[in-house]
Parts: sequence; structure tokens; C-alpha cells
Amino acid sequence: MISANLSAIFYLISGILFILALRGLSSPDTSRQGNYFGIIGMIIAIAVTFLSIGNFSTSIIYVFLLLIVGGAIGSFIAFRIPMTAMPELVAGFHSLVGLAAVFVAIAAFLNPSAFNLGSIGEIKLASLIEMSIGAAVGAITFSGSIIAFLKLKGIMSGSPITFVGQHYLNLILGITIFVLIFYLCRSQSESFFWTVIVISFLVGFLLIIPIGGADMPVVISMLNSYSGWAAAGIGFTLENTALIITGALVGSSGAILSYIMCKAMNRSFISVILGGFGADNSSPDIKDKQDKKPVKSGNAEDAAFLMKNASSVIIVPGYGMAVAQAQHALREMVDKLKKNDIKVTYAIHPVAGRMPGHMNVLLAEANVPYDEVFELEDINNDFANSDVAFVIGANDVTNPIAKTDPKSPIFGMPVLDVEKCKSVLFVKRSLSPGYAGIDNELFYRDNTLMLFADAKKMTEDIVKNLD
Amino acid sequence: MEIDPFIFRLSIFILSIFIGYYVVWSVTPSLHTPLMSVTNAISSVIIVGAIIAALAGSSNNIFDTSSIFGYLAIILAAINIFGGFLVTQRMLQMYKKKKNNKK
Repeated sequence: MISANLSAIFYLISGILFILALRGLSSPDTSRQGNYFGIIGMIIAIAVTFLSIGNFSTSIIYVFLLLIVGGAIGSFIAFRIPMTAMPELVAGFHSLVGLAAVFVAIAAFLNPSAFNLGSIGEIKLASLIEMSIGAAVGAITFSGSIIAFLKLKGIMSGSPITFVGQHYLNLILGITIFVLIFYLCRSQSESFFWTVIVISFLVGFLLIIPIGGADMPVVISMLNSYSGWAAAGIGFTLENTALIITGALVGSSGAILSYIMCKAMNRSFISVILGGFGADNSSPDIKDKQDKKPVKSGNAEDAAFLMKNASSVIIVPGYGMAVAQAQHALREMVDKLKKNDIKVTYAIHPVAGRMPGHMNVLLAEANVPYDEVFELEDINNDFANSDVAFVIGANDVTNPIAKTDPKSPIFGMPVLDVEKCKSVLFVKRSLSPGYAGIDNELFYRDNTLMLFADAKKMTEDIVKNLD
Repeated sequence: MEIDPFIFRLSIFILSIFIGYYVVWSVTPSLHTPLMSVTNAISSVIIVGAIIAALAGSSNNIFDTSSIFGYLAIILAAINIFGGFLVTQRMLQMYKKKKNNKK
């Protein structure tokens, strides 16, 4: 058994290793090393916990057994999951962190002496506040992530679910949680504690249902942040430095990602949370416009011809590429183009896909070197000097209306200037509007050639025609 | 007068938020997905609390309510730790630079 001071030092070390794990992600070269730091930090934290307890009962066998069972399940998932399912995996993992926080808080509440928090009915006031906040945030994270998971997985419809008075209900429930925590502190009564948890589950559920599919990057980042704050809350309860540091890191990480995602959509965080965006995407106005304006459409042969005669091509991938699993076919197409000495780069909008960095991972999976992949601000000026823009599965993030029409819901959102290319190839299944429910002006431009097909099938056909 | 230990923990917490802020802004956008999965894995250090709770049961009754919640939390956190780190590793393995010999 090691002393409390020594274990505190070790927890600090594991906290520092976690900082280094995040620091490593500043470049792909150092990222793998960073991940090892994270793993070492985790091993230290777990080992020190065992050592600091010292006198084990037979229960240690069960602890190890469950560690192995959980580890096996986790490893199995990690190796089997396809890269396209990354958003729902992350949402699922967030829900587990949230639920684990709730369980630890419950355990601490039921057996406070094990954590040096006083005895049942006489838990220290500060600890009680910390554990109920930890439990509440954990519960919100859990049920919110479950909804996000179901929406991303397509089990639940991605369209927003709204009803009258929704936001007032959330507000009232939120206030209720605080009132209950107040009474819990005064009475130490178990029933208040359980009610706080139940209401928090409900809040998490109600908070996420009105948010639509394309706002998922913000939601996932936000839940990431919540899972961190829940961990920090528990960290305060357990007086554990590793947990406090980690909670703060994860909490701020998720918050920054949410901020970046909101910024990339030119929307305020509040408006995303209030939800309902993109609920109505079949206004008669659009249908009307579509009938009047001519659209040029082509086939794989035309596309192959255009690209073969280009000297530079920029690929713009979006969520549609992920849905169609077209990344490998795309990479094959690019290989063929490169053989003909055509310069090919990839342009990625921050909110392309369903989570931050979603497109980058898919391209990496298809063996696209990361130094050919560029972010919006780094590549936007290149469109004017390029011959062909190949838009595959993206829509709203290329819509020039965001720059010209102040009345448009996406006005002011930073977009990729694909229309500045000499020609634009737009792979899409139909002319239907994108998530924002607005028509893409780009479809009707003279230099746009629509390729109506499934992204993967079209790309494969182009590959054939490139020979 | 002595300072409450809570203040020290609060200081650690607030300073860590600042560290997190600067570290995360330096993460390259192309690694945002691995960032989310690794933060997921490290926040499961909450397993520390789960282990304490699980081992706290008295020797004649190792399955009281509190330790059962501890056991459950261990499984959940272990799934996350292994799943989170391994899937991050798998993703990072795929990020490769352009091969120079290929022209």
C-alpha cells in the first residue's frame, strides 16, 4: 500500500501524460507517440489505484475479470468498426463515459466512507454538490449521446423533432435539477438524489431530439465536452487530480470543437442547441425554380474526358461520399489521374461529414496521403487557378448563395469557392436541396456538369472511362 | 488561516482548462476525429473511482449495492479505455505522408 501523497504524485504524472497525448495530435507524425503517452498514463492511474487500496478482499478477482471482459468488448469493437461508422462509435463511447460517471456517483453516494466523504446521511456538503453535479452531467451525456447515436446510425430519423414549449420545458427541468440539488444538500435524502438523476436523463434526451442530422458535428463535440465536465465533477468528489485534469482537458477540447464547428456554419451555439434547423426542406419555391432553370447533366464518359484534359483537379468530398463508401473508388480515380500528370488535391470543409475531421479519416483510410488534403482556408484561393472541381457528396458547403444572398439561411457561412474553377463536376443522386433546405445555385451554372448517380458507382464508372 | 484543499483542486482544474485550451487549438483539423476518440479514452480514467467503489465492499459481502455500481462502471469504462485507445491507434496508423519514390 502506498501513501496518499505518493499516489497523488502518480495521478499528477498520469494527468501530464494525458496532456502530452493531446499535444501529440498537433501533427500526424507525433500523434502515434502521443497515443502511447495516453496509454501509459492510463496504466499508471489504474495501477496506482490498486496499490493505494492495499488490502484486497476477494472482490479483486471480479474487478480483474470485469476489466478483461470490458477490455475484450472494447478491443473487439475497435478492430471491427468500419471507418465510416466513426461518428456513431464516438457518440456511443460518450454515452458510456456518461453512464460510468453516473454509476460512480451513485456508488459514492451509497458508500461515502469508501471515498472518505463522511458517512451515509452525513456526506460532506461540498462532496454532495460535486457528486450530484457529476451525476447530473453524466446522465445528460448518457441519454443525449444515445439519441445522437441512434440518429447517426439511422435507427432514428435525422430530422429534428420539435414540439411547442420544448425549450421552456427544458428550462424548467434544468431549474428543477438545481432546486433538487439544493434540497438534497439540506436533507441528504436519497430520493432527491435519484430524482436528480432521472430528470437529468430526461433533459439529455429532450436536448438532442430537436437537433437535425447535419448539426451532428456540433452535437458530438458538445457531448464530448459534457463527458469531460462529468469526469471533472467526479474528480472533485474523489479528490483525484488525474480525473480533474482529464475532465478539464476533455471539457475544453469538446467546447473548442463545438466552437470551430459553429463558426464553420456561421451559426451561434445557441441556435444549434435550440434546434429545428432544416426541418422544412421541400418549400414550393424551390420546386418552382427547379422546373424553370436548365441543368446540364452528363455521364461518366464526359466526366472522364474533362478530367483527362485538365491539368489540375480539386476533389471536394462530403457526407454523401461517406454514405456511399466511395472513398476507395475515389482514390483509385485519383491514382489514374496522377498517372496522366494531373495535379490532384482535396479540399475539406470543416463541417463536411457528421463529425469534426470525418472526411480526413475516410481519406486516410483509403490511403490518401495527408499532405494532399487541405482545409478550407488553405485551398480556397486555388479554385480560381484549377481546371476541374470534383464535388462528391458535398452540397451546402459549396453553395455560392452563402456569399451573395443575405436572406439565405446559410448566408455568411464560409464556403468552398468551387464555382471559380473552369468546370465543376457535381456528383449527386438528384437535384434535391441539401440539408439547409435551400437550392444550390451551382447546379444551374454554365460551367457545372451534374453527374446524377450514386457517388461510388459514378466514381467507378469514371475510373473505367479513364483507361 | 489555512487554505481549504478544495481551492487547490479548483486551481488545478482551472489551470488545466487553460492548458486544454491551448493544446487543443494546436491540434491540426485533420486529426479532429482521433482527438475525439482519444479524449473519450482518457476521460474513462473515471475507472479509478469505479475500482475504489468495487473494492470497498466488506469481505463478507462483496456485492453490496454500492460495489455493484462500481463493477458496472468498471465494465463501461474498460470498454471505453480499450476501445478508445485502440481505435485511435488504428486511425492514426492510416495517416501517411506522400511516398517520395513514387512519381
